[in-house]
Amino acid sequence: MSRMYEIRWHGRAGQGVVTAGELLGEAAMAGGSHFQSFPEYGAERMGAPIKSYTRISDEPIEIHSPVLEPDMVIVVNPNLIGAVDLTEGLKEGGVLLMNTPQSPDTIRKRLDYQKGALWCVDASAIATEELRRDIPSTMMIGLVIKAMEDDSRALIDLETAVDTVEESLEGKLRPEVVEANARAVRRVYEECVKG
Amino acid sequence: MTSNRSRTFVLGEKKEMVESTYLALDGANAVSHAMRQINPDVVAAYPITPQTAVVQNFSQFVADGTVDTEFVPVESEHAAMSACIGASAAGARVMTATSANGLALMWEMLYIASGMRLPIVLTVVNRALSSPLNIHCDHSDSMGARDAGWLQLYAETGQEAYDNTIQALRIAEDSDLLLPVMSCQDGFITGHGVERVGILPDQTVQDFVGQYVANYSLLDVENPVTMGAWDFTDYYFEHKRQQSQAMNESMPIVEAVSAEYEKLSGRPQPIIDTFAMDDAEVAVIVLSSAAGTTRSVVRDLRNKGVKAGVVKPRLFRPFPAQRIVDAIKNCKAVAVLDRAISFGSPDGMGPLFLDVTSALYNAGACDVPVIDFIFGLGGRDMTPPMVESVYDQLMQIRDTGDRGDIVRYVGLRG
Repeated sequence: MSRMYEIRWHGRAGQGVVTAGELLGEAAMAGGSHFQSFPEYGAERMGAPIKSYTRISDEPIEIHSPVLEPDMVIVVNPNLIGAVDLTEGLKEGGVLLMNTPQSPDTIRKRLDYQKGALWCVDASAIATEELRRDIPSTMMIGLVIKAMEDDSRALIDLETAVDTVEESLEGKLRPEVVEANARAVRRVYEECVKG
Repeated sequence: MTSNRSRTFVLGEKKEMVESTYLALDGANAVSHAMRQINPDVVAAYPITPQTAVVQNFSQFVADGTVDTEFVPVESEHAAMSACIGASAAGARVMTATSANGLALMWEMLYIASGMRLPIVLTVVNRALSSPLNIHCDHSDSMGARDAGWLQLYAETGQEAYDNTIQALRIAEDSDLLLPVMSCQDGFITGHGVERVGILPDQTVQDFVGQYVANYSLLDVENPVTMGAWDFTDYYFEHKRQQSQAMNESMPIVEAVSAEYEKLSGRPQPIIDTFAMDDAEVAVIVLSSAAGTTRSVVRDLRNKGVKAGVVKPRLFRPFPAQRIVDAIKNCKAVAVLDRAISFGSPDGMGPLFLDVTSALYNAGACDVPVIDFIFGLGGRDMTPPMVESVYDQLMQIRDTGDRGDIVRYVGLRG
């Protein structure tokens, strides 16, 4: 059986969602996996709802079309609730990851979501504290790793992911900002709640 | 001037496999890296989505001094190909890239490049031709250029786009061929999709492509030649016959370069990639990224006991007719998947279908029922359920013997 893990990201254009997906893939690659990461290109305007996809597998990935039935859905921007069908196609027993200040109970009610696990974290608050800006996409990787571990499908470990994030930012950002990003990934990993 | 290059590498030399380094690259960037490693003398290009990233990344290598290529930012694709032709005629190793309307604007110059037997390598990041305006993938651009005298390679993945780019150069420059090569990959799907891509060491690529010494060069004043001159009713016909013969006889060169690259990289480089075809009853022939999606469906179908298979030509020009006939001649139903329409052909068939069916007819293999599916125009997704519906229709033909509509559509509404 193929052990492919399929992820769909939801965010708004300009939030770094595509980059986060690529970094997640790179972290998987660093751990020896194959990956694919690609956005769904629509009308390209800042703030528009966008989707992006990441596939991770221990074998070369042959399929070249959007993920229809994700194992995991990651919602980077909480205000997409009601604007986009966030759980569309999500597998039974799949995982939904939310950046939200709200509790898992509230999110379950708002989305009428029962079919899988739910993890919530206020990544925007962490981003604002650590980076002084609400750019939570990359740090959601910490939540992906936590949820995968909980689901006994640990395809990426936290240290590899933090290293990948650091390497990708080094040379582009000041060392203290790189450090803050790494710290944010770890904080998301620690501060998320399942419910 | 003597020819002291590529053939010496093709014949007999035993090379060990060299380990690749794995990078996270999109298909466009993978080609930029191949170009960086090749370090061509001249690149002349004009940006167009989704090709832009190829040249953008490469121009960064130029700016950084990583390569010593003469980079010519021109005012149009017509000028890009014109500059490539001039540079190649002068004896330079030349590469460029484009998409869709950019390729269309090169049209006049494409024929001039091949007619002058200039070994230019052109990356095409496939995109739909206007109108209506669309930036997404289909094959209308490169398929429209299929009679322009260029060899054409089609890549399924970023890895193949990288591998094909390097091989394309060696094929084009082979002194027994001297024809330009188009190396195609699917826009956005492959071009902007990030995957794990194995990159050979720079020196390995340099050794593989070798030093290019043009047999005939306008700058070789000791051996003056005329290129692209007036060619009247007296010789034009003979020259075109020679050009056609060169293309017809290019297969052994493509094979030799592919075999050598396969040994070097450890990655298979078949002319046509066949999967589960040995006992296949129902088969699909498809180019580029959709071949991977099709193969993943075939794995599932095989698990369910369906004798399904898939054929992916990596080479479209010259058309590997005999290989395709051999692969499908025992099938009970075959579908060709075309990401372009040859407007005005019978029922609006696709270009791949036209060549597959003509190959079957000419080989006397007329008993295989073959149908054509037009798919994915303007970037319409080709999903596994759509591929399954193709195989469902093939199984129906297998079971009933009724070929039904020859040209069908998949993923089309209404």
